[in-house]
Amino acid sequence: MRFRAKIVDIGCLNHFTRVINTIAKLAKTCTLRLTVDKLYFILADKVANGGVSMWCELSQGNFFDEFQMEGVAAETNEIYLELTPENLARALKTAQNAKAVKIKLTNKHCPCLTVAVELPSLSSSSRIVTHDIPVGVIPRKLWNDFREPSVPDFDVSIYLPVLKTMKSVVERMKNLSNYIVIEANLNGEMNLKIETDLVSVTTHFKDLGNPPWVLEDGSQTSTQERDPESMAEARIDIRKLLQLLAGQQVIPTKALCNIVSNRMVHFILLHDDVSLQYFIPAHS
Amino acid sequence: MPLSTQTEVGDDDQYVLVASLDNVRNLSNILKAIHFKDHASCFATTNGLKVTVENAKCLQANAFIQAGIFQEFVVQEESVMFRINLAVLLDCLTVFGTSSLPGTSTALRMCYHGYGYPLMLFLEEGGVVTVCKINTQEPEEMLDFDFCSTNVVNKIILQSEGLREAFAELDMTSEVLQITMSPDKPYFRLSTFGNAGSAHLDYPKDSDLMEAFHCNQTQTNRYKISLLKPSTKALALSCKVSIRTDNRGFLSLQYMIRNEDGQICFVEYYCCPDEDITESEL
Repeated sequence: MRFRAKIVDIGCLNHFTRVINTIAKLAKTCTLRLTVDKLYFILADKVANGGVSMWCELSQGNFFDEFQMEGVAAETNEIYLELTPENLARALKTAQNAKAVKIKLTNKHCPCLTVAVELPSLSSSSRIVTHDIPVGVIPRKLWNDFREPSVPDFDVSIYLPVLKTMKSVVERMKNLSNYIVIEANLNGEMNLKIETDLVSVTTHFKDLGNPPWVLEDGSQTSTQERDPESMAEARIDIRKLLQLLAGQQVIPTKALCNIVSNRMVHFILLHDDVSLQYFIPAHS
Repeated sequence: MPLSTQTEVGDDDQYVLVASLDNVRNLSNILKAIHFKDHASCFATTNGLKVTVENAKCLQANAFIQAGIFQEFVVQEESVMFRINLAVLLDCLTVFGTSSLPGTSTALRMCYHGYGYPLMLFLEEGGVVTVCKINTQEPEEMLDFDFCSTNVVNKIILQSEGLREAFAELDMTSEVLQITMSPDKPYFRLSTFGNAGSAHLDYPKDSDLMEAFHCNQTQTNRYKISLLKPSTKALALSCKVSIRTDNRGFLSLQYMIRNEDGQICFVEYYCCPDEDITESEL
C-alpha cells in the first residue's frame, strides 16, 4: 500500500484547503477513500452522528500535480483510511503560502498521513514543516460500509436559494427552536418553518426551480405525476442543517435538495470539481 | 387565554396597530440597545412606539421610535399595550441577517390585532418573505420613576465618544459606579472601587466633549455597576448623552441615536441610587 501526492499550484492548494475546512466542519472523523482518479470523504450514517451521512468526491487531477497510489491488491486498487479532518485542516493552515505541499502515507509508530509543507525562505536552504496525522487503515472486509449512497426516491427535488440568505434565516431560527421543517413543491417554492410555544416563523422562497431528473432507463422520475402545488416536508435537526450551511467555504455552482417526505432531506452541492452530498434524517 | 388559541386575522382594519418600515434595522438596532432582559413591554400611541425593559425594580430602559420613523404607523385605539419576548422579537427582526450590505434592506410590516393575539411580522428582502407570529403576554405594570425635569438638580450633555471608553473599561470588580456632579471641581467625576483599587475619571467643565453643563449643587451618588453596564449598548450607538440627576439622586441617562437614515431616536435609562453615603465617606 503506497500513497504520495503533491500540490504545487497555490490556487489548487487554497481550493483543497477550503474543501478540507468544509469537511472538518461537517464531520469529527470521516473515512478518506483514495482511488487512482478520485478522493472521497465519507461519513457513514451511524446513530452516533445523529443519522447524518456525507459523501464528498473530488477529482485528484484538479488538485494534485503528482498523485501516485497503490492499493492492497491490483484488482482492488483502493485505500480506505479513518481520519480526523480537523487535523488535516490544521496542517494545511500552515501551508497558506507554501511553495509545495506533499502528502504521503507513512508508518511512524502508527499509520500516518504525513503532510510536508515547503515554505518559502530567503536563504538557499528551504524550510519544511512536517505534520504527522495518525490515521487508521480500514481493512478490506469493512469497505462495504462505505458505498456511495444512492439518490433516494424523493418526493420533491428543488434548487436551494442563495446559501447566505438561507444560512442567516436558519441561524435565527436555531435560536428559537431545535427542529426546522423544510418543505417544497414542484412549483419552485420552498418554505422553512419553525414553531414553538412562543413563536412561529415561516420563510417563503419562490422561483427556485426544480432540477430535471432523468432515470437511468431514460424515463422521467415519478415526481412528474405529483401535484405541483403539493408540499413535501421533513422535520430535521436544525443544528445539522446549520452545520452544512455555515461550513460552506466553497461557493457551489449548483445547490439542490431532495425531500423524501417525513424520512430525510438529501442535499447536493456541486462545484466544478467537487461534489458534496449530505443526508439529514427526518424526526417525527 | 392559553397561548395556542391565539390566531391570526387577515383583514387590515381589524388590527389595532399597523406599522411599516422600509429598513427594519431602524427598529432592531434601537431595540438591541435595551436588550438586557428578555421581557419587554410595548406601548404604541399615535406618537410612536415605546418599548420598556426593567431590571430588579431599580432600572428601567425605554426606547422611543417616533411615528415619523415608520413609513406607516396607524394606531386604532388611544394606546395599545402588550408584553413580548424581546430576544424572540429581535431574532425575528434580524431573520435576514444583521450586516448592512449597501443596497439591501429588509422591509417590515408589523400588525397587532389586540389583547390576546400574537404580534405579526412580515419581513421581505429580495423577494423572500418571512412571516412571524410572536405570542404576546399579559402586560405588566411598569415602574414609575417619577423623574420630573423640575426636580433635576444637575444636568450634563456629553458627546458620547467621551463616555464610551470610560464605560467600556469600567472596573467590573467594583460593585458600584459613583457619579459626582458639582458646580465646582471636580465638576463631573466617575469613580469605581474595585479589587485593584479605586479609579477616578474627571471631565473638566470646559472639555470639548462637554456640550452643556448645568450643575447647581454638589451631588455624589452610587449606582450598581451591574445595572448600568447594559446601557453601554445604547452608548455605543449614540452620538450624544444627557446625564441628569434629581433631588432624590435618581439617575437619568438619555442617549440620542442617529439611525441609518439620519433620523434621531432616543433611548433612556433610569436608575435608582444604590445607597445613601455618609459625609465621612466622601
